[in-house]
This record gives sequence, structure tokens and C-alpha cells, in this order.
Amino acid sequence: MSAATTPSIWRGAVRLIAQRIGLAFVTLLLVSAVIFTLSSLLPGDAAQEVLGRGASPEQVAALRHQMGLDRPAPVRYVEWLFGIATGNPGHSLVANEPVAEIISERLPNTLTLAALTTLVAVPCAFLIGIASAVAQGRKLDRLLNILTLSMVALPEFLVATIAVLILAVKLQWLPSITLVPKDPTFGQFVRAYAMPVIVLGVGVIAQLGRMIRAAIIAELGRPYVEMARLKGVKSMRMVFRHVLPNAIGPIVNAMALSLSYLFGGAIVVETIFSYPGLASLMVNAVTTRDMPLLQACAMIFCATYLLLVLIADTVAILANPRLRQR
Amino acid sequence: MVDVFSTDVSRRTLLGGLAAGLAASGVGAAERRPRVGGRIRVASVAASTADTLDPAKGNLSTDYLRHYMIYSGLTQYDGQMRGQPCLAEQMVTRDNIVWHIRLRRGVHFHDGKPLTADDVVYSLMRHRDPATGSKVKAIADQFVGARRTGPLELELRLTGPNPDLPIILAAPQFLIVEEGRRDFSKANGTGPYICAAFAPGIRTIVRRNPHYWKPGRPYLEEIELIAIPDEISRVNALLSGDVQMVNAVSPGSVKRVRASSTHAIMETQSSLFTDLIMRRDHPVTGNPDFVLAMKYLMDRELIKRALFRGFATIANDHPIAPFDPNFNPDIPQRPFDPDRSRFLLKRAGLQGVRLPVYVSPAASLSVDMGSILQEHAAQIGLELAINRVPSDGYWSTHWMKHPLTFGNVNPRPTADMVFSLFFQSQALQNESGWSSARFDRLLVEARATTDPARRKAIYGEMQWIVHQHGGLGIPVFISLLDGYDRRLRGLFPIPLGGFMGYTFAEYVWWDA
Repeated sequence: MSAATTPSIWRGAVRLIAQRIGLAFVTLLLVSAVIFTLSSLLPGDAAQEVLGRGASPEQVAALRHQMGLDRPAPVRYVEWLFGIATGNPGHSLVANEPVAEIISERLPNTLTLAALTTLVAVPCAFLIGIASAVAQGRKLDRLLNILTLSMVALPEFLVATIAVLILAVKLQWLPSITLVPKDPTFGQFVRAYAMPVIVLGVGVIAQLGRMIRAAIIAELGRPYVEMARLKGVKSMRMVFRHVLPNAIGPIVNAMALSLSYLFGGAIVVETIFSYPGLASLMVNAVTTRDMPLLQACAMIFCATYLLLVLIADTVAILANPRLRQR
Repeated sequence: MVDVFSTDVSRRTLLGGLAAGLAASGVGAAERRPRVGGRIRVASVAASTADTLDPAKGNLSTDYLRHYMIYSGLTQYDGQMRGQPCLAEQMVTRDNIVWHIRLRRGVHFHDGKPLTADDVVYSLMRHRDPATGSKVKAIADQFVGARRTGPLELELRLTGPNPDLPIILAAPQFLIVEEGRRDFSKANGTGPYICAAFAPGIRTIVRRNPHYWKPGRPYLEEIELIAIPDEISRVNALLSGDVQMVNAVSPGSVKRVRASSTHAIMETQSSLFTDLIMRRDHPVTGNPDFVLAMKYLMDRELIKRALFRGFATIANDHPIAPFDPNFNPDIPQRPFDPDRSRFLLKRAGLQGVRLPVYVSPAASLSVDMGSILQEHAAQIGLELAINRVPSDGYWSTHWMKHPLTFGNVNPRPTADMVFSLFFQSQALQNESGWSSARFDRLLVEARATTDPARRKAIYGEMQWIVHQHGGLGIPVFISLLDGYDRRLRGLFPIPLGGFMGYTFAEYVWWDA
């Protein structure tokens, strides 16, 4: 790499990344429009849901007016869009609270769970992926393959139910629901989160482990690996020094997908462990037809997803000289 | 003038009733005395961002539980669903229209403010204001006006006679708040517990109110109320000791709970029912022979045995349950009779007809009831197509909007209420859209009748009319099942709902 070409390399990368960010915003806008349209197609509205079955048409009409639901949909959408652009996601139709406040209570929960699961799952996945790739075709690889494949195949609710029956009901080692006390001690914290992290982790470890294995095996067949081997590089050193940096692009992409799943896809775990996170909040918003809350949740999920993919792309671009220079 | 409390049931009977309840639940009030102390966690079915501290807006079981912990009403239910004195010491009326209410002396709100007639007037009349968003506005519309007649006395005037007022006022929405209270981000009541923390959709924590006006009560130091929507998770949480009481245990889980030596089930017989709705405005389902044919086609025994494992009471196509004081025992039980059904269908010329039935998990177990009905219908030459639709949006899009749908009616404290809400021809929730001039006349007549025996006779005839001509097939009344830790004592069923009609918090104590 000569000194003269260095600035252009980075300029290329920056342009690519800026493009991605621009596209992300367009995607967000489109998603918000789609969510708004789809949710208005749902039967019933917040006024009906709040008042329940026994309400008279007059009561519903009055509440609808009070909530501003009688105004045309495009007007409501544009208003909401301006609100969110200025950082105000509006007021919940059902709870007597601003949407930002409701979310600020749930978002830390979701972040904690996602972060803990990542912390546990990613190292495990790397361990399994690398071990199995290095031992490709041998007994250890076959064993790990069977293990990860069955972990992928097991539905979350089944893992969760079995884990609860054994660990909580029979042995009473862990609580069956995730209730984190205020200012928990370290022990309380670990006990509370153990079960949901295990259950969420199972799927993530298996998926990610398999992706890592595939990415490393693809690299292991390359000529440069052959060359390094001939030069006498030890297997562990080769994987960490030579193979991993080249396989990092696809691995980071797989990680981004897995982690974004931890954000919005934790609904089963949130339901079973009665954990107040964002996914169940969004389901709640759908059933009560609380549009501002629903929209805000959807935006958060979408933005997280885009952010993670963006990070993955950036890493891939920076790690790949060919993309960097384009 | 008649004091409804002293003529109907005295306070002594109330205490007697409670003691009987304690004994019935196997607590043995004689050997163990309730003691103060203990913290428990209780899980109900549903919580959402719509959770509220405003009694008027209470909509779900979790709301009712929370509100009965924090607030008190003018009256309260006993195990026989009668309205017993609570904040009201005396309720006197001559004509069931004008009611003189005298409040208990020395009751204080949690912030120390004494309870006065103004608080009660405000609490009752705010339901009529549409801005309150009250769930019971339709009922409160009969309050013409409430007027303070003394510091602890008021006069409540109704649009027409209503002898059930003491029962109605025990409903969770009519709990008493302070005068002028509009902001319900904080709760201030006169109830047994003080709200310590409240996060909608997440949890409520209440602490014992040391200045509660019932001496010695309540017993628990702290209650944490959460919701676990998933039934299996709820039962697991109970069995693993993470919660000490849950409601809505499904009949299938009863064995599991009973197998544990540390837990028990409380069955509350209730008038909750899931009903087949046959709309009058459709040529087939509006045919009286068809309606009767469907009623004879309901295999009530099978539904009770197979769907509810026996935790149900056979119903007779009208909404008054056998354990209700107004139940008419002279109406013969309608049997499962496919031959009669076939004959009626033939007479109506409807054999070979094909009809869709809408079922949904929203109307509990309607999916299974529909399938049973479909089986039997096929044998008499009636083709029912089961359309299973999701819970979400069921009530606004499907319920009552097709010729055959299923509904689900929660227990109501009085016969008048269930008849006026669901069977009067003008009622919004007149599910089948039927009408009977005689029925409507009797409904009004019963309200004006002060003699309990005469009222019972009127309600008896109304049950006949609904049983015979109504457009609903009501197979069984569904029992409510609560699971609890055996160390929790003092429980007895109140038929209005699980958790002792949601009022368990003031009665139970922790024996450990």
C-alpha cells in the first residue's frame, strides 16, 4: 500500500458508508408509511378497543374525536412524521403517558437482555464455529454439527418450557419468570437473567456457530491457507491471524442478523418469562390499536436493524480492500 | 324508610358469612388466627399500557385487583353476591328511587384527608361526564343527582326505582376517590393498601395501610401484582414459588397444581358463559325452529366433562346460574336430543342447509364448542362450516355480525344487570337481536318491585321467556379456577370473579 493511494481508499469507503446511511433513512421512511397503512387496515381502532364491547356508537365517536382519529389518515401520518423528525414520538392513545416515557421504561430491559445474550452467545458461537471448522469432518465436528443443528431446529417455546419445568419447577434453582428487583445484587441479577439468556442464547449460538464454521471452512480451502500451511504455520495461529480477518465480512453480517433478532424477536421469551421488553410492548400496541406507540416501536426495531446491518457493512467494507477502493 | 342493610342482611351475618367462608376453604379459623405480616406476589392474566389507577376506567382483572387494594366502595360483595356495608354505614330508601346514604365516621384517605360526603358525591357523579371515560357510564346515567345533606350524609336520586343499588355500588368502578381528583398518576384511596409503585403493563406494588378503617386489617405487609399472560407460565410460576397466587388456571392444569403438596386450587362457580348467538335478522338463524333445534343439539354434559373437566355448571339457555338466588328451578333442563333437533329442522325445511359458524379464542373455548356442534349437526343433516378467526379484532369485526357467532359474557352481580345489558330488545349487546315486549315490560316491573319474593317470581318468568324464545344457546356456566400457595389463608370464593371477586387482598393472610 503506497502513501499516495491512502486518502482515496478512505474517501471511497466514506462515500460508500454515507450512501448506506442515506439509504437507511429512506428505508425508515418507507417502513413508517407501510406500518401506518397496514395498521390502519386492522379491524377496529383505539377508541373501540379502549371502550370495549359494550360501548354505544356515540361514546365511540366522542372518544375517536378526542383522540383525533376522525381526521384523515394522511394528515395524521404527516403530523406524526413531523413529530418524530423533531424527536417527539407523540402521546399514547391508550396509556395516559407520552410514548417516549413508556418506551424509556422498556428499552433498557430489551437492551440489557440483548446485551447479556450477546455477551454469552458470541464467544460460545466463535468457539463452536472455529473448533468445528478446524476439526472439519472429524468426530468433534460431527458431534458439534448434530448439536447445533438440533439447537436450531428446537423452537424457542419448547426450549423455554422444558428449561422452566426442569430448572424452575422441579429443581427450583432458577425463577420461572424474570423479575429484576430494583438495585439488584450481582447474584440476583444473574439468577433473574439466567433463564431467558439461556433460551435466547441457544438459537443464536447455534445459528451463529454454523455461519462461522461455514465462513472459516470457505477460507480454509483457499490457496493462501495452503501456502501458510506449507510454510509451517500452526493451525490455531493460522485461524486467528490469517483466516479470521478474511472471513470477518460474512461473520459480522451473520452477527448483525442474529443480534437484530434479539431485539425484536424476543417476543416468545418475553411472553414466557413475563419480561417487560419492547417486543411485548409492540404486540400490546397492536392489540390496543395504539398507533403512536406501535409506530415508535416499529421505528426502533427498524432503526436497530438498519444500524446493525450498517455496522456490519462498514466492517466488511473496511476489511475488504477491493470494496474499500471502489 | 327501610335500611337495606339492617333488613336484608345485618352486619352480623356478614361476619358470619366470612367465617363460614373461612371454614369452607379448610382454613380452620378456630385453630389459627390471622396474623399481620408477609409479602406475596400475585399474577393475573393481562396487563397492558392501558392499566390505570382510575377506578372508573378499570377494564381488566388486574385493574380490579389493584383498585380494590387501594380504594374502598360504599358497599362490598359477600360470598352470596349481596351488597354489604363498607364506607356506607347505612343506605335507606322508601321507593328505591331516592336513597339516603350515611357514611362511616373516621375514615381517612391515604394522605390523611378525612372522607366526607363531597368525595362520595364527586365519585358517583363523575361517571356521567363523558370526559371521565367511565366504563359504567351507562349504569351511572340512572343517577339523576347526588346531594350532600350533611358532612357524612348524602342523598342519591335515580331516574327510576332500582332495588339493586347496594349491589351495583360494590362494583370496582364505583370505588370512592377524593373530590376533584382528575389526575390518576398517583392513587389516593381509603382502601386496605397504599400504592407504593405502579408501572402500567409491568407491576403494581402496594403496602399495608396501617390506618385502615377496618381494625386489624389488612394482614399482608406488601403485595406485588404482576401479569403473566401465558397460562402455562403462570402455573409454572406458581409451582416454582415465584408467585403465591394466580387466576385463570385452565382445567387441564388442575391436576398439576393438586399434585403439589404445597399448592391448592380454589374453584369459584360463576355465571360466566360462552354462548352460541343466532341472529334474528337472518332467514335461517331467525327461524324459531332452527333456534330450538340448535339448543337441543348442545351436548352440555360432554362440554362440561370434556372441555372443562367438570369445572362448569350445566346451563339452560338463560343467563341465571343455579346458585343465583333468583334462579328458577321449575324450568326443566333442556336435554341433548338430536332426534328432536332433526324433527325441528325438518319442520323448518332447513335440512341440508350450509352455514358458517364463527369461532375464536376470544370467546373462551368457542373453538371446541363449535367443533362439537359441527359433529352433531352433521348427523342431523346440517352442514356447519367452522370459521376460526383470531382473537384480535374479533369483537369489533365478527361478533354479532354473522348469522352464527360465539359470544362470551362475564358474571354480573345482579339479574337486572345481565338482562338489561344483554337481553332487553334495545340493549347494545342484545347479541341475537331478539325482542320480546313481555320480557321488556317485566324487566321494568321488577325494578319497581320491593318485595324480594315477587321480584324472584318476575325474574323466574323472564328466565322462562329467554329459555324458550331467546336467540342464545348457553351450554354451561364456567367455573373460575385460582391456584394458590397453601400458606395463603383466608380465601373463599366470591362468584363475581377469580381472586375472591378481585377483593382477596383485604382478607388473606400469610401463615408462615
